Amino acid sequence: MSTEATLRGWLLAEIPKSKWQARCQRVFIGWLDFKRNPIAMIGLLIIVGLVTVAALAPWITTSNGLELHLADRLKPPSSEHWFGTDELGRDIFDRIIWGSRITLYIVALVTIIVVPIGLLIGTVAGYMGGWVDTVLMRLTDIFLAFPRLILAMALVAVLGRGLENAVLAIALTTWSPFARIARAEALTIRNSEFILAAQMQGISTVGILARHVTPLCMSSVIVRLTLDMAGIILTAAGLGFLGLGAQPPTPEWGAMISLGRQYLIDQWWVPTIPGIAILVVSLGFNLLGDGLRDVFDPKSGN
Amino acid sequence: MALQSKLANILGVLTSLLLTFIGLTAITFVIGRMMPADPVLAIVGDRASQEVYDQVYLQLGLDKPVYIQYLRYLEQLVEGDLGTSIMTAQPVLDDIIRFFPATLELATVATLLGIFVGIPMGVLAAVHQGRWPDHIVRVISLIGYSAPIFWLGMVGLLVFYANLGWVAGPGRLDVFYDGIVEPVTGVLMIDAAMSGEWDIFYNALSHLVLPATILGTFALAYIARMTRSFMLDQLSQEYILTARVKGMPEYKVIWGHAFRNVLVQLITIIGLTYASLLEGSVLTETVFSWPGIGQYITNSLFNNDMNAVLGGTIVVGACFVGINMLSDLLYRLVDPRIR
Amino acid sequence: MTDSKLLSVEDLHVTYNTPTGLVRAVSGVSFELGREKLGIVGESGSGKSQTGRAILGLTATGGTVSASRLEFKGTNLLNASERTMRQIRGGGISMIMQDPKYSLNPVMTVGYQIEEALLVHNRTSKRVARERTYEMLRAVKIREPERVYRAYPHEVSGGMGQRIMIAMMMIPEPDIIIADEPTSALDVTVQLQVLAVLDDMISERGMGLIFISHDLNLIASFCDRILIMYDGRVVEECSAAELDQAQHPYTQGLVNCLPRLDGGQDELPVLKRDPSWLTTPGATR
Repeated sequence: MSTEATLRGWLLAEIPKSKWQARCQRVFIGWLDFKRNPIAMIGLLIIVGLVTVAALAPWITTSNGLELHLADRLKPPSSEHWFGTDELGRDIFDRIIWGSRITLYIVALVTIIVVPIGLLIGTVAGYMGGWVDTVLMRLTDIFLAFPRLILAMALVAVLGRGLENAVLAIALTTWSPFARIARAEALTIRNSEFILAAQMQGISTVGILARHVTPLCMSSVIVRLTLDMAGIILTAAGLGFLGLGAQPPTPEWGAMISLGRQYLIDQWWVPTIPGIAILVVSLGFNLLGDGLRDVFDPKSGN
Repeated sequence: MALQSKLANILGVLTSLLLTFIGLTAITFVIGRMMPADPVLAIVGDRASQEVYDQVYLQLGLDKPVYIQYLRYLEQLVEGDLGTSIMTAQPVLDDIIRFFPATLELATVATLLGIFVGIPMGVLAAVHQGRWPDHIVRVISLIGYSAPIFWLGMVGLLVFYANLGWVAGPGRLDVFYDGIVEPVTGVLMIDAAMSGEWDIFYNALSHLVLPATILGTFALAYIARMTRSFMLDQLSQEYILTARVKGMPEYKVIWGHAFRNVLVQLITIIGLTYASLLEGSVLTETVFSWPGIGQYITNSLFNNDMNAVLGGTIVVGACFVGINMLSDLLYRLVDPRIR
Repeated sequence: MTDSKLLSVEDLHVTYNTPTGLVRAVSGVSFELGREKLGIVGESGSGKSQTGRAILGLTATGGTVSASRLEFKGTNLLNASERTMRQIRGGGISMIMQDPKYSLNPVMTVGYQIEEALLVHNRTSKRVARERTYEMLRAVKIREPERVYRAYPHEVSGGMGQRIMIAMMMIPEPDIIIADEPTSALDVTVQLQVLAVLDDMISERGMGLIFISHDLNLIASFCDRILIMYDGRVVEECSAAELDQAQHPYTQGLVNCLPRLDGGQDELPVLKRDPSWLTTPGATR
């Protein structure tokens, strides 16, 4: 009890005693703000639920979702198979749970590729200005102007089908907005005094970009990433649906819908339930993103 | 004076358009060169002799340095030569022209739905902010753009076609009616109406309703959300108070004053929506077996018909870029504040 | 001074229900207005603008207005129908706002907005409306009415924008005009021009004016009577001429802050704020 009180006291102290404390305080206050928005909390709950389910998969499921049990095929939802079975007799509930790992994998992979590239290009363009800026922004605009799904399809056609290639294709079409955001922030602070001070201290351009400029872009980038993540998941599911993403028997949700499509009329649960899963996760990211945006930039929209 | 700067503005946008388009072609060119299949073999087959192979190799200009190949590629594009489809043995451009109207039909109707339902929804939500109309609109639009569109299409088919029988099933027209109407514009409904074949018209309509509505839901969700956001922004402005002080009736304040300011911004949104529907229809077309360009690209992809895939990509990409630029232009022309 | 009372306000309260509690923007304001120039002076947050909005029935959502009396020319404004209120707004009582950059609709021409103000209250032909608009623009000393008519708000200067505002709010011939910080967004030289135009029109038409400002000097020179507001209530009511005989300590403090040509002040006096002012009842006259 008292440790909680002292922790809270530390987080709400008027004058922080260290940079670490100040940072924790900022996060805590942002969290308090965020908590006030019930819709955003639902979003957070969904995403936390997704991570939890994916982590606990071996314990929640009764099978690995990959083995065939042809005798049990196309069974409707029951107490034994909560979401029914698919055309190869696999338990759909289990496959959805295992599929959540794939969804998280996609989210993580895209983030790892897109954020560094976007930040790099954006900060360099904004900070350097001049022809570097023009060239890089032209490049960004070109990728921004491309229809996402179609470009992803063309890339997958060339690179071959598979989950990683699909993710790569998606990543290449989604980095542009982040570069723009990073550039906007870099432009704003380029002439600030603390940057000037850093330059006079002799810190290299790389150092300045890495340690001073980039951290300031992070909040906008995170908000944008969360908002875009819903779209990324939908695009990944779309590619999976077209058969261009994860290949069978991997339980990727989009692919599951595609495979179950022919059973839509009589065994509706086979293609419908994976779609609900996608809807819920996408919804979660949208709600979370909205909530984050309200915390970081309250004057926009709501 | 204002006209001169407006012209300069327009010129700037067009130059931007050109550069972006060139960038587009560069990307498709690179992708094309990346493909694992040997383009020569694709043409001559794998039992051709070495001489034929060499001949075709030279013909395709593959011996020349890359940048010359690229320039040649651009030249071909300008002439409208997108290569020949392996599947149909027709020029890709002809194929695309044949398939495009179907997609256009779908995207246009869907966008119109998005506009005429989405905008009033957004305005309603903004005017009644915090009360139940607002909540309902926000929930609908949230689900609209969180749902995977192909899944929504399937559920739609399940409910409205299989269970309720309200609309026709997949495809653009019942097989029964295939090939009767003379394709003038390529848009079935217009063609059917023009030749007075009303049976076919209604059949085409009943096939169009569901996919257009599904696609339209996505458009509607986005447009409603943005309209709401813009309206909320405008309704908090000082000039709205001025309008009320003047004694204007509330509906005039909302539509005549606030909405007028929103309209300008909506142009960009509608452009974006239309453009993204063009590619969103890829998935919808698959679900509904709609013979549009989305289907075309998807099928070509599975048949490794790279010319077709890249040709389709360029055309859709060009439309995408074109529409965005057009709406940008329109915005600059319409907003009196942009000089 | 006043032959008939145009506006009677008695015990006006405007309260807002916010997540952090009840906010009393206006607490028990009373005054009467005839065909005269009344100034309301106060700092930000004193409730002066809220008083103006409450009279017009345009308090923001979330705010509740109550009063024992709120009458305009015999009409009870508290329970008037929305239709009656719309007729009064513009036609009976009008309001000029602070910054024409924001208070004019940016996507409509100036002429259109002025005509609109007229057409809401008078059914005349477009031609007559346009003529009246030109007339009005000339009355506010705008020299090329035709050009300004076709212009957009961002194309005119601040001073001209305010004069356009005045024209727009005067064209339906209201009896009272409320001016909410009309010159605060303008340069000093332009301020005088705009005030001169306002003064002329008000005297010509025998209108009543409520002039809301934070500038005591300005109000003292422009208005006949002054109301001093602090934290939502009126702490002093006096005529402009007798300002230096003010009784309330807050008013005295304000007067002492005014720079004097004859010098004699080494330190700028700091306004004293006494919480007891919040509990002692209203005006001291």
